Amino acid sequence: MAVTLAVSCVAATVPMSAQTADYRAPRGPDGNPDLNGLWQALNSAHWDVEPHGAGPSVVRDLGALSAVPAGLGVVVDDVIPYTADALVQRDENRANRLRRDPAIKCYLPGVPRGMYMPFPVQILQSQQHIMILHEFAGAVRTVYMDDHVPAPADSWMGWSNGHWEGETLVIDTTGFNGMTWFDRSGNFHSEALHVVERLTRRSPETLSYEVTIEDPNVFTRPWTMQMPLYRRVEENAQLLEFRCVEFVEDLIYGHLRKQPQE
Amino acid sequence: MLGRTLVTFGRTVVLAAAVAGVPGVAAGQSTGAAQDYTAPRTPDGQPDLQGFWSNQTYTSLERPDGVTAAYYTPEEVAARVSGAAMRESSQTVPGTIPDVHYDFTQFGLDRSQSPRAENLRTSLIVDPSDGKIPPVNAEGQRRAAERADAQERLGGRWDSAESNQLDDRCIMMVPAGPPMMNSGYNSNYHIVQAPGYVMILAEMIHDARVVPLDDRDAPAAGLSQWVGLSRGHWEGETLVVESSNFNAKNPFRGSSERMTVTERFTRVADDRIDYRFTVNDPGTWDQPWTAEMPMQRSRGPLFEFACHEGNYGLYNTLVGARLEEQQAAEAAEQVRGR
Repeated sequence: MAVTLAVSCVAATVPMSAQTADYRAPRGPDGNPDLNGLWQALNSAHWDVEPHGAGPSVVRDLGALSAVPAGLGVVVDDVIPYTADALVQRDENRANRLRRDPAIKCYLPGVPRGMYMPFPVQILQSQQHIMILHEFAGAVRTVYMDDHVPAPADSWMGWSNGHWEGETLVIDTTGFNGMTWFDRSGNFHSEALHVVERLTRRSPETLSYEVTIEDPNVFTRPWTMQMPLYRRVEENAQLLEFRCVEFVEDLIYGHLRKQPQE
Repeated sequence: MLGRTLVTFGRTVVLAAAVAGVPGVAAGQSTGAAQDYTAPRTPDGQPDLQGFWSNQTYTSLERPDGVTAAYYTPEEVAARVSGAAMRESSQTVPGTIPDVHYDFTQFGLDRSQSPRAENLRTSLIVDPSDGKIPPVNAEGQRRAAERADAQERLGGRWDSAESNQLDDRCIMMVPAGPPMMNSGYNSNYHIVQAPGYVMILAEMIHDARVVPLDDRDAPAAGLSQWVGLSRGHWEGETLVVESSNFNAKNPFRGSSERMTVTERFTRVADDRIDYRFTVNDPGTWDQPWTAEMPMQRSRGPLFEFACHEGNYGLYNTLVGARLEEQQAAEAAEQVRGR
């Protein structure tokens, strides 16, 4: 209960500036707000969710192509409230991000990272199940709108139970394995991660995405990120295949390749 | 061992009795089982295919040699199922390491315990009428030889990740499709419909196919994918999905990048979808061919299948292969030194 209260307090203090308060979403055929579509973030949160200046690429040969663009940050109050030990760990992650970032190996991106990677995300909405489909690594999340059960096992993308609060789809996700990051800058969590996402239509072509992160192993208090997601308005927009496993095999297994015999 | 086998066999007996005792299964003989069945509708009016389904089967794609009939009798099917279930459950010995991984009575590997639509057909292929894939044409044979050469140049299966099989590499597994085939286990699917879209999620490697239902143009040939690109529309009660733009890196039965697949999903009962697919690839076969398999409603949910993330198998086999080479080299060195 204490945990729930803490989360609500944080949510209550968050300015809802990203949202157009009087916008009412069109309804789907089942009467719920219609979130169907392909959505994508347009920010640099996938580099670093906190405010950050531009920086060099970690891969010298990629030069400006993978240099880090500056970002205003998506964390409410700007700074992630790490415990002292966790902050040391984050900085160590950051210093070693080329080797440690799990997404480099095409691992499932986790939640919420998949929502703001530079790839489209399709929401496919039925009454019982809302599917969240990521182009990156073909990651999939099923949001159970009824039959809510606790997470049956730990996983990369977690176990998501959803419900409607007026205009907003609220998704409560637990059951993480603690192996994913929040961005490319080493921001991380443990297997105790609890994510509450709130998705609200704010205009015909935008969603408000707000996500509260709670993990007492790593953070001193729950904290929140906010950003808009934009509709991919191309008439022929669709998810394409980004089956990245084959792109990372040499990286992961290359040292185990058979060497030519002398 | 005895106890396990009896459990399996007990189930098989029940299933066999069910096959024999339900006239609809025998009379319907798969296609159009219930002409008068109308599927429930989704809120936007599509025939409702949603839920969890399995295309698990004991029926082979091609008709076995020596079989000429198009259908088995229910008794023959029951005997084949129980025989196969016995063989599967006795593949490992309790208390051994293989048994921990492959206890065929515990981890869904025993197909007789999976949700499974009864099927009297002697092959999944319904056209040509002999139940066999048509002969591969000259172009197809030439390509098969080229592919064999290319594979050989890659080296032996354990020489590198790239020379291994796609499923061991966690890139593709057979249920993904199209066409969606069954595999030894986990032949499970989740179908979700939204206005304008049908999504088919295969449990294996979380392969989700989102099929748009509008009349958008087919994609340009420059865009090819492992699973092709799918476009769908409804013909009455039937969802028709046309797929093209395959990259032919996972060639279905030796097909080329010119392959097109037409799939037809028709819900014929509360617990059953008839799934039919036609493969057309003039680069491989001079005639299209068609197979049909039922999908049986199963219980959800599907759990996350993080194949690549937990792929210790590929890593360990490569480590083992390199170690064996090193040991062989050291042994040879010793022989020379003597």
